[in-house]
Amino acid sequence: MSTSIEQATRIDGVRDKSPGKHSDHLMSAALLVVILGAWEFGVRYFNVSTLIVPTPSATFVSLIQGCADGSLISNLGVTFYETMAGFFAGAGLGLILGGIIGQSAYAEKIFYPYVIAFQTVPKVAIAPLIVIWFGYGVTSKIVITATIAFFPVLANTIVGLRSAPREQIDLLVAFTGSKWQIFRYVKIPNALPYIFVGLDVAIVLAVIGAIVGEFVGSQAGLGYLILQRNFSMDTAGVFAILLILSLMGVGLHWVMQAIKKKVVFWVNHDADHVSGA
Amino acid sequence: MITVSGLNKTYQTREGNEIHALHEVAFAVEPGEFITVVGPSGCGKSTLLKILAGILRRTSGSVSIAGRPIDGPNHEVGVVFQAPVLLPWRTVIQNILMPSELHGKLTSVHRKRADKYLAMVGLEGFEDKYPGELSGGMQQRVGIARALCHDPNLLLMDEPFGALDAMTREMMNLDLLRIRAESGKTVLLVTHSIPEAVFLADRVIVMSPRPGRIADVLAVDLPRERKLEMINSEPFGKVVTRIRSHFNSHGTLDS
Repeated sequence: MSTSIEQATRIDGVRDKSPGKHSDHLMSAALLVVILGAWEFGVRYFNVSTLIVPTPSATFVSLIQGCADGSLISNLGVTFYETMAGFFAGAGLGLILGGIIGQSAYAEKIFYPYVIAFQTVPKVAIAPLIVIWFGYGVTSKIVITATIAFFPVLANTIVGLRSAPREQIDLLVAFTGSKWQIFRYVKIPNALPYIFVGLDVAIVLAVIGAIVGEFVGSQAGLGYLILQRNFSMDTAGVFAILLILSLMGVGLHWVMQAIKKKVVFWVNHDADHVSGA
Repeated sequence: MITVSGLNKTYQTREGNEIHALHEVAFAVEPGEFITVVGPSGCGKSTLLKILAGILRRTSGSVSIAGRPIDGPNHEVGVVFQAPVLLPWRTVIQNILMPSELHGKLTSVHRKRADKYLAMVGLEGFEDKYPGELSGGMQQRVGIARALCHDPNLLLMDEPFGALDAMTREMMNLDLLRIRAESGKTVLLVTHSIPEAVFLADRVIVMSPRPGRIADVLAVDLPRERKLEMINSEPFGKVVTRIRSHFNSHGTLDS
């Protein structure tokens, strides 16, 4: 009797949601354990040089050591600062310029060709120039990061501002709304879901921007530390940094998703819908 | 309340041809009257309403509301659209207060009025819900309260119940008549349902297409307080038949 009720709730799929998510996480963790195990075993069994591929355990040891002696933490601090400052500068500029271009077709005609031209230049290619202009300190890294974070926010802001439904604009017009009120009441809220897509892309790219900047020339940061450890053949140490970098990227992405859910609360998250059979 | 004379509206098609959406339309609406405009698709009834609302430019002719010629949206008018068009990021009460907010700072007078109209459309207790949590009928009720809340004298409604199921629609018709009686507003409602047009109206304006023009204006000879039973009464049937005859002779029956 009780089992048939359990099956019934499982079939209708509503009660099933949270246990399903739980087991997803479990599977994901199990996959990680299997991969790490195979990796550790493979390196040891085939006697691969640790200069080429370190074992997960050696990577982990290096990670602990780096945290303990502070080298990882202090350099992470520098890279994190560059990432965030560059992100805010680039995203801020993208929002402002996107706001102007999204509002006026005239501004689009004047600015957009140059924006596109600038975007087609690979940022990595101009990174050495930026280091010459802004020096070996954090400023040049922030500038490089900002140039990378800028475009996705700009493009999504423009598209978002133009996504406002005609009926909503007509509504504001019928109730004597001004152009500025239409912008505030209708266009900005409609643009927000798009803007968050842009911000999410930008924050992940920002990490890459900071590292690229540090590769070109720097005195601190995780990118700088990667080069240093590479020279001294500390492959396990490089792996430890890569681990930290990817954790940082994932963490920032999560934070952005959490903020998005809070701000754009009215957008249907399609989790409850069947998307195909 | 409304005076329209010699009103024309032509659209330019992509090929450069002119389409006569409205041709020499003229009528007048008394304060407190309930007027419905009925006609098949393409007869220009929505165009007419948009011109009255001031969101569409006319080609020629004159329109005045409450004695003043209009050339754009104005505060005398509240509009209810075909779809409720609520802003999903605002709560019910914030949606209702939105037009007042556009006009200036909100005061306790506005809030009191919002509460009053919220109660009038039967949505007390829903002020802090979001539109996504409401049914289609409830959303359109919010749309009606929103149109009334800045206290316009004229309510313009563009097929407001077209998207609702038949039962909800009947219910909304009765409620609309009650709201009209309680608020004393002048109402102009556009619909393509002949029974709805007759049931609601003091007078029905019948429009025919290509070019959009007024084919007839009919007074509905029924007491102002309408009951659903009246749909089967003789005067009701007579008006409906007369309206139908216009469309049958043109071979364009739309409902």
